[in-house]
Amino acid sequence: MIQLQNLVKDYGNLRAVDHINFEINEGEILGFLGPNGAGKSTTLKMITCFLTPTAGNITVEDRNVYDNSKEIREMIGYLPETNPLYTDMTVYDYLKFVADIRKISNFKQRLKEVTDKCGLHGVVSKPIGTLSKGYRQRVGLAQAIIHDPKILILDEPTTGLDPNQIVEIRQLIKELGKEKTLIMSSHILQEVQAVCDRIVIINKGKIVADGSTQQLQNNFQNKNKLVLEIMATKDELGSLADAVEGVELLSLEPVTAHINKAVLEYSVEQDKRKEIYEFIKQQEWVLLEMKRESMSLEAVFRNLTIEEGGQA
Amino acid sequence: MNATKIIANKEMKSYFNSPAAYIVLVVFLLIAGWFFASPLFINNQAELRTLFNIVPMIFIFFVPAITMGLIAKERNIGTIEQLSTFPIKESQIVMGKFWASLGLIAVGLLFTLVHFLTIIILGQNIDYGAIICGYLGLILLGAVYSSIGIFASSLTDNQIVAFIISFLIIFFLFILEYSLFILPSYLSGFFQYLSIGYHFSNLTRGVIDTRNLVYFGSLIVLFLRFSVLTLENRKWK
Repeated sequence: MIQLQNLVKDYGNLRAVDHINFEINEGEILGFLGPNGAGKSTTLKMITCFLTPTAGNITVEDRNVYDNSKEIREMIGYLPETNPLYTDMTVYDYLKFVADIRKISNFKQRLKEVTDKCGLHGVVSKPIGTLSKGYRQRVGLAQAIIHDPKILILDEPTTGLDPNQIVEIRQLIKELGKEKTLIMSSHILQEVQAVCDRIVIINKGKIVADGSTQQLQNNFQNKNKLVLEIMATKDELGSLADAVEGVELLSLEPVTAHINKAVLEYSVEQDKRKEIYEFIKQQEWVLLEMKRESMSLEAVFRNLTIEEGGQA
Repeated sequence: MNATKIIANKEMKSYFNSPAAYIVLVVFLLIAGWFFASPLFINNQAELRTLFNIVPMIFIFFVPAITMGLIAKERNIGTIEQLSTFPIKESQIVMGKFWASLGLIAVGLLFTLVHFLTIIILGQNIDYGAIICGYLGLILLGAVYSSIGIFASSLTDNQIVAFIISFLIIFFLFILEYSLFILPSYLSGFFQYLSIGYHFSNLTRGVIDTRNLVYFGSLIVLFLRFSVLTLENRKWK
């Protein structure tokens, strides 16, 4: 539905977006992830036709941003990162203004649907300037969906909200994603993980990973970690790695005088937990804790973005 | 309703929703009223010429004050991003703002009709033609100043900077008429044509000359076009 081809954007000497290629399919919820300043917002601004690419092309349903910018803007609902609003207008006046500009004929009906969806009841007649940040974000979202667009682009929709508001807005985004093609940028991994089907990670203007949450996790994770706390001496515990085949001892450190903590590693293909447990039982050690640590997406993200940073 | 009209309406509403527009209007009317009324009693003569002399000068401050925020504020709070991603043209944004500022100027001028009424009641041998032409001149003058103000407002996200830039451009066009004596005589004709006062004074005398209309028209078109270009240029930065 949306295709980005060799997309480049320069700000003076700074290359903010560097030959990006990817495609967004209809109905997908895409998480656009990257550290601050990676080029997320710049890319989204180019899709929404706020900025013109330095090179490359963006097509939305076979229309490109150079020649058919107006039609593309009609199809997209956009919530910019700063969620700019006219604070002196009431919510009603603002939504009416947006609806008029977007040439919506059935405003009353749309207003009702949008206020229902975004939970704006009770604030419709209030000036936007008096609303809390969470409500303003809802107004921003309402504005973006008032014309029932096919594509919804949300630039860091949850920044600056408190944890309760974040949960609410995420819920709302998930709800909206059911019927629309949605692109959402974020620098918070759990958020993207919670809401999106697919993740594109961008760093220093380049795409460093692209795939579903599961795929990304699998690609970058080939070892499982197992953390054990056992009442046994260091030497005794050291023998565990030798005794069970395919297990490596990563670290061994004392917790108290009688308790030691060992971190073991084994490949994802073979689950070694059974063997390890049986060995412990055979030795008649007291097992206090046994916990598997999978490499989280957080770690994938950190690896990707920091490695890339090191190279540059 | 087309986008220009929607934006003009929105700006008009936002003018009258904030105290700033009322303050500016009141100050404008106080100054204009004072300068109209004092010679009325001193010279014992009822005429609108004093008004037509003073209003262009008040406009030098009044118009930049009402146009300074039109685009600069949108840039400052970021709503320009939203506005630019709506399916409308930059020229519609600029024209909408232009009509709104001209509307506010017209409201200001409408109140000065009180002075016109005074003249009708007190005066004799009133030259209605000259007065109508004078008002036409003031509207055109306001339109020129507005387009300059909007252009200045499109250059920056700081309203004060926008005010100063538009003030300087307008002041330059205004002062030209009075600085012709320092120029060599072969240039003075050219600079006289550039000066805004020269064209305005023709109108207040009741003469509608196409040369004057072309002058006002081309300045308006020029500065509005510049504003559109400035807005479009942002995309390529």
